[in-house]
Amino acid sequence: MLSYTLTVLLDGISYGMILFIISVGLTVTMGLMRVVNLAHGSFAMIGGYVTAYLTQNGYNFYLGIVAAMIVSGILGGLCEMTIYRPLYRKGELAQVLLTIGVVFVSIALITAVFGAFPYPMIFPDHLNQLVDIGFRTYPAYRLFVIVVGAIIAGSLWYLVEYSLFGAKLRAAVDNSNMARAVGLNVNFLFTATFVAGSALAALGGAIGAGMLSLEPTYALKHIVLFLVVVIVGGEGSFKGSFVAALALGIIDTAGKYLIPEIATYLLYIAVFILLLWRPQGLLPPRSAA
Amino acid sequence: MMNDPKNTAPAAGPQMLGGKFSLTWHLLPWVLAIIFYFTAEGYLSLGTQAIIWVLFTMSLDLALGYAGIVTLGHAALFGFGAYCAGIFSIHVTGDPLTGLLVATVLTAALGFVTGILILHTTGVTFLMLTLAILSMLFEFANSAKWLTGGDDGLQGMSIDPLLGVFEFDFFGHTAYLYSLAILFIWFVIAWQIVHSPFGKSVDGIRQSPKRMRAIGTPVWWRLVAIYTISSAMAGSAGGLLAHSTQFVGLSALSLFTSGIVAVMLILGGTKRIYGAFIGAVIYVFVQDYTAKLNPHLWEFIIGGLLIAVVLFLEGGLISLVDKARDGLARLVGKGERS
Repeated sequence: MLSYTLTVLLDGISYGMILFIISVGLTVTMGLMRVVNLAHGSFAMIGGYVTAYLTQNGYNFYLGIVAAMIVSGILGGLCEMTIYRPLYRKGELAQVLLTIGVVFVSIALITAVFGAFPYPMIFPDHLNQLVDIGFRTYPAYRLFVIVVGAIIAGSLWYLVEYSLFGAKLRAAVDNSNMARAVGLNVNFLFTATFVAGSALAALGGAIGAGMLSLEPTYALKHIVLFLVVVIVGGEGSFKGSFVAALALGIIDTAGKYLIPEIATYLLYIAVFILLLWRPQGLLPPRSAA
Repeated sequence: MMNDPKNTAPAAGPQMLGGKFSLTWHLLPWVLAIIFYFTAEGYLSLGTQAIIWVLFTMSLDLALGYAGIVTLGHAALFGFGAYCAGIFSIHVTGDPLTGLLVATVLTAALGFVTGILILHTTGVTFLMLTLAILSMLFEFANSAKWLTGGDDGLQGMSIDPLLGVFEFDFFGHTAYLYSLAILFIWFVIAWQIVHSPFGKSVDGIRQSPKRMRAIGTPVWWRLVAIYTISSAMAGSAGGLLAHSTQFVGLSALSLFTSGIVAVMLILGGTKRIYGAFIGAVIYVFVQDYTAKLNPHLWEFIIGGLLIAVVLFLEGGLISLVDKARDGLARLVGKGERS
């Protein structure tokens, strides 16, 4: 029983870590720029496909991830500078529509290049094996995901809380006008976080391909999950999205083990009730509360 | 470096819709629809699809265009209406009008209840709540195979003849005229609503909820009311879909459907009842054409169009029609509006 619970917990945490890695960029960009970016999943999807393509052609998996992060980061930066920037002054409606347009375009392009069917990711052998973790053997892949997620969460936490860049970022999230007034280059912060967020999404899309499989509709299919993480956690809140991602991962996994028939929609009912109770999310950044 | 975004761009829109919309322009779409019926024999089922989408788009225009309720969950209402009509026809009676009424009323009830719960939130939280409702219904329909057929879709519907006389034939004659008639009824209702004092107050709420509250408008109730009406309309559209195709698929409840209807609305032009006509009809027919060439070309075009319309053409395609009409009026020499 204990081993069963631990297995569910580990599965849930690894799934939650993927959700965190992909969504954390979205949290920052939505908190910072107040843009509803439905196209965030597209950057994760593109990252996944780039890595999968490279591994299928014999390149190293980790090299593929780096390449994917660079590609998605550059694409994200270009999108931010061209089509997202005019959006900051427009309403939500324009943001929703334009970013959903980006989703459609990315789906069409991925389908045209890689076909409409799920695209397999080839993981290196050492991730495909089972590792003995004391009470049972467990897939190395999921442990790897948990470790990567923890490293990223830790370094982001350090970066945001203790570095100068983090201080600037927090200032801009809390009050971008005031940050501008004291001389911060908020536009540069916007672009930099967008690039970093897209690159992290690519990382999540690549190493998460074992759980969220790669297919052209990826960007549309999973965007609700990513948004749940961001909004339940509280827009612009790192801690919030970390907690929300892990909770979502564990609850979803536990639900699928224990009550498979109703787990999927029970999750959304929970989100619904939670948001009615706390419209600002679980841990909103101080100024937004 | 960029064109200055004019947030108030369609300012000329609502006023000039008022009384100056002449009878000729009103007749045009309906006459075209009737001409289509007599000339485009093989395309009637496509035409029926277009009519249904027009109705669905119009419902979104009431909520999103006029009232400024930015929702991505409108497919929830559409799909709910479709499943209601379908399930009702299987388990209760196949009479189409009764079924449509049931679908409409039930969807209105769903809109009313969810509207009461979620309409006091704004922005991203509201958006997320609409997405949560949509996902909830989608997952429910997916797992409740005994009721909805799951991902095989709802099959085995049989629809009785309309009014006991007109059979739903294979070529879609009945379905076409039936849908057109329902669209006309809803069009008249929508037109009356947006030009009523109630409609004006909803328009005001979109522009500034705070000021409307300050002058004593019950903002929340007005929003719930318009959302309920919009839901009823979307439910009707869903019901028509179920009746005309005698099938309901899970895709009716997908985020993609919400996206498509938003595309149609923005393409045609928001806050313009006729914008829905232009957007939906163009979408359905151009999609049908390009899908024959290459099924994925369309997604690319539609995504690109969305980006372009948001960045460069805020009034939608109907604003081009306005410009053409104004130009024409000037050419003819009436020029009273310039």
